[in-house]
Amino acid sequence: MNSHHPLAQLILFRIRDFLRVPSALFWVFGFPLLTTLALGLAFRDRELPELAVAVVDGPEAERLTPLLESVDGLTAQRMTEEAGRDALRRGRVALVLIPSPQPELIADPTQADGRTARLMVVDALERLQGREDRLTVRSQLVTAPGSRYIDFLIPGLLGFGLMSSSLWGLGWALVQMRTGKLLKRLVASPMKRSHFLLAFMTGRTMLAVAEILFFALFARYLFNVPMVGSYLAFMFLGLWGSTAFGGLALLVISRASNVETANGLINLVTMPMMVLSGVFFSSSNFPASIQPLIQALPLTALNDGLRAVMLDGTPLLALWPQVLTLGVWGFIPFLVALRYFKWM
Amino acid sequence: MEPSPQPVPSAPVLAIEVRGLVKRFEDVVAVAGTDFEVPSGQCVGLLGPNGAGKTTTVEILEGLQQPTSGEVRLLGLRWDKDAKELRERIGIALQETLFPERLTVEETVRLFRSFYRRGLSVEEAIHLVKLEEKRKAYVMKLSGGQRQRLALAVALAADPELLFLDEPTTGLDPQSRRALWDVIDGLKGRGRTVVLTTHYMEEAQVLCDQVIIMDHGRIVARGTPAQLIASIGAEQVIEFATTPSLPAEDFAEVPTLVSSRPRGDGHTLSVKELHRALPGLLSIVSSRGASLAHLSTRQATLDDVFLALTGRSLREDTAS
Repeated sequence: MNSHHPLAQLILFRIRDFLRVPSALFWVFGFPLLTTLALGLAFRDRELPELAVAVVDGPEAERLTPLLESVDGLTAQRMTEEAGRDALRRGRVALVLIPSPQPELIADPTQADGRTARLMVVDALERLQGREDRLTVRSQLVTAPGSRYIDFLIPGLLGFGLMSSSLWGLGWALVQMRTGKLLKRLVASPMKRSHFLLAFMTGRTMLAVAEILFFALFARYLFNVPMVGSYLAFMFLGLWGSTAFGGLALLVISRASNVETANGLINLVTMPMMVLSGVFFSSSNFPASIQPLIQALPLTALNDGLRAVMLDGTPLLALWPQVLTLGVWGFIPFLVALRYFKWM
Repeated sequence: MEPSPQPVPSAPVLAIEVRGLVKRFEDVVAVAGTDFEVPSGQCVGLLGPNGAGKTTTVEILEGLQQPTSGEVRLLGLRWDKDAKELRERIGIALQETLFPERLTVEETVRLFRSFYRRGLSVEEAIHLVKLEEKRKAYVMKLSGGQRQRLALAVALAADPELLFLDEPTTGLDPQSRRALWDVIDGLKGRGRTVVLTTHYMEEAQVLCDQVIIMDHGRIVARGTPAQLIASIGAEQVIEFATTPSLPAEDFAEVPTLVSSRPRGDGHTLSVKELHRALPGLLSIVSSRGASLAHLSTRQATLDDVFLALTGRSLREDTAS
């Protein structure tokens, strides 16, 4: 196909129209990255801070301080009783220990830190007195990549991003062309309408490839989210979703003749899915009675599918219900839109 | 790209034939039964105030609207049978199309050129409307006049046999308007048929071989600008004011007078022969003991024709 072919020219038009709008670039690439950074920071798995303990000066303080200091999760420092109580009041230490044969512990039992510090100090002192453990406890730590909030968030944000870019990127552009009479001017030329729609879909798909790669890369290298399944399956599912939302976008704006109407309609479609379809939190939090509805939504299908591939390594074939749901949501609206689309 | 074709030898004598054209929108009649034809190679102007039915007529000709009834033939072809071929052979500049803001002039013309099997090169089309300097400029950076010229370049890209320009100069300043007239005038030299709608009578007078005046969906007059002006029987207009001001009846005796109407604190007289009317007017003024505060004469224009035909001035409608 040479560059004078109408389809090539229309696709170039779509690409230029996107690449030359800096704000569009921001919403597609900058916004999800910033959202991930912000939410990732808010929900990151922090190391618990060490609890500070004051040891009141006295004959035993010299022996006890390094001992408590060596306990994992505690720091200890010596000070006078007065300074210790002052530090406790100001929250700089969680507990004050007055050493003696019957040691005295000063702590605020209503504070989690105070209670924890008390347990840890009593435990340390008991061991020092020769207490032996009767029970062997085995613990398993769950901080591995794959089960953190960020791992849940990233596939959901990608699904949401693909939905938004399809609806806003396609729908908004078409409505603007309609209000500016550009659609009318185009159909007054011998342009094939199929070329026009194909160019929009191609442009959208090319952008979606970039979006999916971008997400996969920053998930992997910025947030260390593993790709358990296949990148190919992930890409296919993402593009399938993007195309489905493209079909839906055509229907949503098929009759809208001004940007305000389009704005309202697109919000009406995207908002409920943003809440219900498990973007920021799992859709299983909603009552069982509305689960059938939630499961039938295209964004739920896309998010569930993307998560299954990325986090569980589910093969594409096993995701046929999601693929089917998306297909139905894309194809039927597309057919209806073709029938009722207003060109001028 | 092929060189621009010469006028097609087999072109029918009539570029446009319209018979009994009616267009109704629910309870509004936009076009109320019009008949006209346009010979090949002519520039015809559709004139009238807003709401006269010009745009509806043109959009039916362009195949963008369906007539309620009536018959339309362009280049001997009909929209219901030969739409595909017609699309290739006509060029269209709609009223105020917003082209993509972030395409350059060149990219926009190239995009539209790609839809046609043959036509001008992109460079030729841009050259014809004198936008070479803005070739690489984004559409969003163009002035109103430059945008209209871009619309014209897009319409010309296919080197159409029949060109429709819907109010190409509306909203432009006088200088841009004249610049666009030069461009359109240049096109007439290429032997193409041009259909132009406008509510500027002056524009029609400068550009058109034939003028069709529409009002309320009907054709109220048609002919060459000179014929139309001659048809109202008065080719000269005298505008004057006196102190003290005198009533209109006083001037009924002005030789060769056709009509008079008030104008500000004075009068406008339409006359056939200026050299006889003027001395008569002067003697009436002096015999009433008044003196002239102002006097000017001009050739009658299509504005006067519209006024004589409808009793309304076009300018009242176009003041906005």
